[in-house]
Amino acid sequence: MSAALRADRGGRLLLGTLIAACVIVPLLNLLPSPASALHLSNYTVTLIGKYMTYAILAIAVDLIWGYCGILSLGHGAFFALGGYAMGMYLMRQIGTRGVYGNPILPDFMVFLNWKELPWFWQGFNAFPYALLMIVLVPGTLALVFGFLAFRSRVSGVYLSIITQALTYALMLAFFRNDMGFGGNNGFTDFKDILGFSLQAPATRITLFCVTALTLGGSYILCRSIITSRAGRVIQAIRDAENRARFIGYRVESYKLWLFVLSAVLAGIAGALYVPQVGIINPSEFSPTNSIEIVIWVAIGGRGTLYGAVVGAFLVNYAKTYFTDALPSMWLYALGALFVIVPLFLPRGVVGAIKART
Amino acid sequence: MMLAAGLAMLPCTLAQTPQTPAGTATTGPATTATTTATATIPSPAAAADTALSGLLAQFPDASYADKRALIRQLTALHDPRVHAVLEALLDGNLYVRSSDGRVLIAKPQNDATPQGPGEENSSQLRTVDPQSGAPAGTAAADDLAPIGVNNQLRKELRIALAQYDLSSPDPAVRLDAVKEMLRALDAEGAAMLRERLKLESDAGVKREIRDGLALADLDAAEAATRLAAVHALSGSLNPDVYNRLSAMVLPSSDGSFGESDPNVRAAAQSDLRSIERSRTFYAAIQTIIYGLSQGSVLVLAAIGLAITFGVMGVINMAHGELMMLGAYTTYVVQLLMPQHIGASILVAIPVAFLVSGLAGIAIERGIVRHLYGRPLETLLATFGVSLILQQAVRDLFSANNRPVETPAWLAGSLQINEVLAITYNRLYIIVFTFALFLVLLAVLKRTRLGLEVRAVSQNRAMAKAMGVRTEWVDALTFGLGSGIAGIAGVALSQLTNVGPNLGQSYIVDSFMVVVFGGVGNLWGTEVGGNALGIVNKLLEPYSGAVLAKILVLVFLILFIQRRPRGLFPQKGRAADA
Repeated sequence: MSAALRADRGGRLLLGTLIAACVIVPLLNLLPSPASALHLSNYTVTLIGKYMTYAILAIAVDLIWGYCGILSLGHGAFFALGGYAMGMYLMRQIGTRGVYGNPILPDFMVFLNWKELPWFWQGFNAFPYALLMIVLVPGTLALVFGFLAFRSRVSGVYLSIITQALTYALMLAFFRNDMGFGGNNGFTDFKDILGFSLQAPATRITLFCVTALTLGGSYILCRSIITSRAGRVIQAIRDAENRARFIGYRVESYKLWLFVLSAVLAGIAGALYVPQVGIINPSEFSPTNSIEIVIWVAIGGRGTLYGAVVGAFLVNYAKTYFTDALPSMWLYALGALFVIVPLFLPRGVVGAIKART
Repeated sequence: MMLAAGLAMLPCTLAQTPQTPAGTATTGPATTATTTATATIPSPAAAADTALSGLLAQFPDASYADKRALIRQLTALHDPRVHAVLEALLDGNLYVRSSDGRVLIAKPQNDATPQGPGEENSSQLRTVDPQSGAPAGTAAADDLAPIGVNNQLRKELRIALAQYDLSSPDPAVRLDAVKEMLRALDAEGAAMLRERLKLESDAGVKREIRDGLALADLDAAEAATRLAAVHALSGSLNPDVYNRLSAMVLPSSDGSFGESDPNVRAAAQSDLRSIERSRTFYAAIQTIIYGLSQGSVLVLAAIGLAITFGVMGVINMAHGELMMLGAYTTYVVQLLMPQHIGASILVAIPVAFLVSGLAGIAIERGIVRHLYGRPLETLLATFGVSLILQQAVRDLFSANNRPVETPAWLAGSLQINEVLAITYNRLYIIVFTFALFLVLLAVLKRTRLGLEVRAVSQNRAMAKAMGVRTEWVDALTFGLGSGIAGIAGVALSQLTNVGPNLGQSYIVDSFMVVVFGGVGNLWGTEVGGNALGIVNKLLEPYSGAVLAKILVLVFLILFIQRRPRGLFPQKGRAADA
């Protein structure tokens, strides 16, 4: 691990910032009185927490796009699946406090006149099981999808398009009420996680710190993969796939495992996102969302990992700011970013800064 | 003629003689011309006049039973003017003027006819003389007493009117009349329909009469009549026939059947089987046509993309928004020519081609050409363009859907028989898409531009060396593909909501169609799109529309794994395509 980080100034800076945030943010949120200028509101804490889950997602995308040339336009699907798995756990925790007060069935099932819990909801009342599913569901989907796609050498633009079709199909599916995932409305109105109220400041701070640590952990994991021997093969595949294959590397296996790992990371990011934001619905699957993730990475600078984190924060902060201050300007600004970055900042913000120094 | 005149003098007797044709209605003054010759023998027109006025004059004092007889006599006059009288009577618009006892047709003033000064009073009714059809001035509402009818008379009137319509020259009017008569068929009506059947020339009306009579015969007491009726009904697709026959063969709770005679029942059973067979057949045709029309929508959306993506290799995520521009162009064209909605669509097609085509050229010159050879970056940049275009449309036209009117010639449906009807917009979209496809194919295969496009797409450097202005060709090709997207937008404006999200909902589909068909192959797009449309429609009855769409997407994802280069792959020897 230390070897992976030795030559990585950006990474050390990122990890340092994360550790500092884990200390400073709780202090500023809990200690000063709400009137004080130094006080960080709950809203801000949650917002930064949300950005950090996006940053994990961006790292996941950068891992496959920046280092292996797999442009997935469907990573939002893995993120949402992780989120739904967490959402199912949280829904089961509501218990009798729902509108209908049914101890087993979530509100929307009572509303749809369902008599018993569907099989795929069984077990979600146990947190460890939910954690397992957060990893397994996106991972399995990525394994099956990637196995089929990479084995038949679907690559480049074609892969991008079928990943987009995948998330689109999932979106349509989750919009259906009969799927048993709350249809249009998804899950919301969560009460507590592991017995702690989601509204309590302490829970929010804990979630924040867990997210920050996960982000740091993801970074270190990805960084150590790409600096390893396998990582060099992966980059060789990005640069000349056929040459790597002819030399004798099993290109498909490298791509597949990297893709699955990336999907799992995206799922974990989704699982951290849901309790902080308090809602998950099928619009998370929309192809536009997935394309937006790619632009975070592109703006930050692909192929650097920490650039992805920077991009996720920059774009989402801009989004929060614009949608509040100039709502109609946000799509113009986002659109312009998509156009300008490939044309003028092919290496992203991080790349531009690197070129200066 | 003597007889007719005589009968006219005695209005209570039944007038059976057919009268002279309609033209006589206007020749009122003819009476004065003929009186000089023989005063006792009036002209036919005068006779008809007297007959009509004589009958009308009896209405004010008639009881319901009398009115019934009067209606029958009026009908028997076979005078075209009677139709208006009966209609007015049915609608409660036939009045007696209390001042002179004349029977008049009156309507409230508030219809479209312009009013003269002094006629604003709403209690004034404009009256029409039923004999001459000429306006008889206005009358105060309290000066007029309506001639009342009861339900029995209304029924009588409806049948009488239907009989009139039965001899109308318009087959559609005759068909309606037949349906009206069949609703309450008595022996008299059946006889009348049998008469009509001998004269009837229109196949549709004939079939309706035959079915109706046979259905009535199913109630006959003799099994032989019923059997004949069942035989007559075989092959009929009329839903009433199907329901009736099913009721005959279904056992009721006590084990008896709707039809007591086993022979008749067996015949009905075999009729039902043949009806079901042809129903299934027509349902299959309908599914295929619906599938083709849905497929045509996909092809429309994808065919422009087949050029920009398939031929040039450029991923244009703003393609859907170029379609949206075409749809909004239709809307603007309709705003500019509100008097000519029918023509507006035809005008919108070239205009939309230009609007979207120019927008496409601007995108190519401004962005895409700087990114050739970097497909993933092109994808992102054009996605940015799509966001900007969407927001621009939202700011210009509002975020709500815009109403685009459907011209009359696109509305309605083609009724092939009782179970198969195809709406015109589906038929037109199939024809239109195919025509567009052929035009595009001709452009690519038969024109100089097409030759250069293919040359550039196959070997850019070589084409350049041979003197092809590749930059120019790139811009024009992109413009052509974008312009086609605009035309697709015009067509889509007739099928879906025109809103800022119109393009987005088609982008995934259209990419899938191009990839499914095989990149760089227009035939692939045409065949692929239609095949997907039909598969989708075939699945829909079993799974519902959304699930069908999901299944098609999953199928496509799996298909691309099997054949990564689509249905009709381009052949080449390069390892890195």
